[in-house]
Amino acid sequence: MSLVDPSLLCNWIIFRDGRLQIQSGKVDIGQRISTALVQIVHEELTIPYSQIDVAPVRTGQSPDEGITSGSNSIEQSGHAIRCAAATLRCALIAVAARQTGTEPQDWHVEHGSLCLPATNHRIPIADLAAYLDPSTVVDPNVVFRVVDSENGPGPGMRGMAELVNGSFTFVHDLEMPGMQHARAIRPPNVNARLRSDETALEKWLEKDQRLIRDGSFLAITGPKEWPVVRAAGRLAAACNWDMCDGLPEIDVFSKLTAETAIRMPVVDSTPSNGSLPEPLLNPTAMARYERPYQLHGALGPSAALAEWNGVVLKIFCHSQGIYPLRDSIADSLGLDPSHVVITHVFGAGCYGHNGADDAAFEAALIAMQTPGVPILLKWTREDEHRWEPFAPAMAVELAAQIKVGKIGAYSAEVFSDTHRGRPRPGPDRAGPGKLLANRFRADPVGPPTAQPNLARHGGMHRNLDPIYDIPRKQFVKNLVTGLPHRTSAMRCLGAALNIFGLESFMDELALQSGIEPTAFRRAHLSDSRALAVLDELDRQVSRLPALTAQCGRGQAYAQYKNQMTRVGVSVDLAVDDHGRVRLLHAVIVADAGRVVDFEGLKAQLEGGFVQAASWALYEQVHWDRDGIVSKDWDSYPVIRFDNIPKIDVTVMNRGHEKSVGAGEASPGPTIAAIANAIFDATGLRMRRMPFTPDMILTRAIED
Amino acid sequence: MGACGAVNLTIRVNGQTHQITSDPDTPLIYVLRDELQLKGTKLGCGLEQCGACAVLVGGKTVLSCVSAVETFEGQDITTIEGIEATEVGRRVQDAFVKATAAQCGYCTAGLVVAATALLTETPNPDREATLAALAPHLCRCGSHPRVLRAVTRAASG
Repeated sequence: MSLVDPSLLCNWIIFRDGRLQIQSGKVDIGQRISTALVQIVHEELTIPYSQIDVAPVRTGQSPDEGITSGSNSIEQSGHAIRCAAATLRCALIAVAARQTGTEPQDWHVEHGSLCLPATNHRIPIADLAAYLDPSTVVDPNVVFRVVDSENGPGPGMRGMAELVNGSFTFVHDLEMPGMQHARAIRPPNVNARLRSDETALEKWLEKDQRLIRDGSFLAITGPKEWPVVRAAGRLAAACNWDMCDGLPEIDVFSKLTAETAIRMPVVDSTPSNGSLPEPLLNPTAMARYERPYQLHGALGPSAALAEWNGVVLKIFCHSQGIYPLRDSIADSLGLDPSHVVITHVFGAGCYGHNGADDAAFEAALIAMQTPGVPILLKWTREDEHRWEPFAPAMAVELAAQIKVGKIGAYSAEVFSDTHRGRPRPGPDRAGPGKLLANRFRADPVGPPTAQPNLARHGGMHRNLDPIYDIPRKQFVKNLVTGLPHRTSAMRCLGAALNIFGLESFMDELALQSGIEPTAFRRAHLSDSRALAVLDELDRQVSRLPALTAQCGRGQAYAQYKNQMTRVGVSVDLAVDDHGRVRLLHAVIVADAGRVVDFEGLKAQLEGGFVQAASWALYEQVHWDRDGIVSKDWDSYPVIRFDNIPKIDVTVMNRGHEKSVGAGEASPGPTIAAIANAIFDATGLRMRRMPFTPDMILTRAIED
Repeated sequence: MGACGAVNLTIRVNGQTHQITSDPDTPLIYVLRDELQLKGTKLGCGLEQCGACAVLVGGKTVLSCVSAVETFEGQDITTIEGIEATEVGRRVQDAFVKATAAQCGYCTAGLVVAATALLTETPNPDREATLAALAPHLCRCGSHPRVLRAVTRAASG
């Protein structure tokens, strides 16, 4: 997707006014990819950080790199930009050599210039760029410079100085001449339809406000924000909705079974059309692990600005995939994709497919009815909590046969609704069908029927296959559809549950076999880098204070998608008599290959820990017949500062190994380490998230 | 509902006095962002649950997303844009930058404000006091460890 051969160098790197500009299709979503890209270009060209810019990511201008997801940005865009920068270096050295009658190997780069040692030849790269042949293509096999990024101060996080003085611009902060604010008025639940007619509703409008309606999609616009919010509240109360069937009040876990599922064997982490394996005979142990519906829960509700001038629809939004979104919005509105221009602007961290795309489309829907008037639509907190696509509820059933202290055979079967709710174009207008507002329009589209994700380590079967050496393994995925809620991709996809299950199960199997869990893991690992991570984890943990009463320690290991960052996590925690879990100390050890941005990498590992701790201990979507009832931070609690442990992160830098993605590497092992620590503290095996006091006390009663 | 353009009340923000034409029932944050164009203060929930909208009022952390602007008449308000006016505020900003205490940064303004209030009142808070002061503030990216390091760094000056 990123670097297709041949790919023009000028698609990735250009010079403008003596400054280098990086053109990437990946967007910043809090993971600091733009900072890492600046670091990469600096490493290959030595141009000072202050002379490197990152172009805005815009359709028709930026390379189409699909979705910014899956911890792929460093491996995809980072690799493409590194190849482009190294190609540029070689091409410019060739130009310099030709101009001076010297040999290319005589030249090197230093402080942004080409230098010929022992001479006074110093040519700034930016000056030489004009001589570059514009048809130069990126050489995918180019040789990279070897530098030790750990030694440099790094570029510093882009935007950090602006964040602390309030001048950093999020999409929520955009202003345009004549701009109007908008809010949507939502139905009580996804099946409800609007009965009220416009005249009954218009009386609630204030001065200069306007009602926008398309079927059951309802919005209000006006020049000032607070009066729009105020009137939207009155309108919401005044609307008459036909509740239709409401939401099914089911126990979702009882529906996560093979009965109604599309079942597929998974071989080499890839779904296949072969026959399903027979269940494992006489397993030594079996266990089922579960995760409820959970939220991305961005701190800032989704928002977008759209303007229609009668010909071109401009949209500014925080989508992770502006090209697929452009095509799906164009299809939804009957426009040519070239007449829809989407620019990425920062939003709050999203952790996957949240309301960003839906907000962009809704702003567009409104803007199409207000030609010449830019519309800034913001979702409310309640919109975000109730209407973002949730991470699907999931279950994984594990079984193993143990022979002489080792796993001889292993079976894993996973159950989930789809993780693919992003508005990618596809058959049967799948793109428009995945945009929320299209369901409510007078001429509705969607929702499309989910199809199994057949990609390697895609969707629910990500990390279903253990990284461990096991002679016989079998895997099945079960796509369960027809469940109550719209679902889509959230950080880690299936790997969060699958690693929680696997790494809890490893502890269960070890203890059942009378073997210390870490020794049990080691006995199934031959990868020297995995063992080095566990060795380092041991070293770090040995320095921690001894555990006291009611405290426990748990550990877990995983390699994301069995091919990306290796992470070992250790957690010390305490469980009080009320079942409350207090996190005390965490140790994270990771191997992400060659490190580009140390601080960014550590931040991702820490952040992954904290988010996963929140999933593990607090988070769960609730609903009843009338609608989603977890609609704010009180009814959907998340982790706060008062339960943040001390976190030590160690990164094993492997300068000669490939850089691999790390953004989703720590959450899976974190959840399992917490569950294992709770078991260590209490003897209670928690197999369903979240491990709330109620769940822990219920488990204690069951035992 | 005030007529458009008519002055309804006066507030003092970052050392400057402003004649406010927004309706008196307008929550403070909308006045800051939309009338005064001080967009550094972020709206996260509108329910006083997440801390993103924190400002200083008389040196104390106050959430600006619910309380009407009329309740702030005559009080000294400091937003993130004015936090650098004090030595403590500058130290906190500098410490956040040095600790890279943000990922997406949507929570950052509220946290810088809260940390400034904490360190102004308690120059050397222990970990428990810091956690208590920051507990009203959510961060979904998990930058908490960095924020705590930044507060420690700012406290030690």
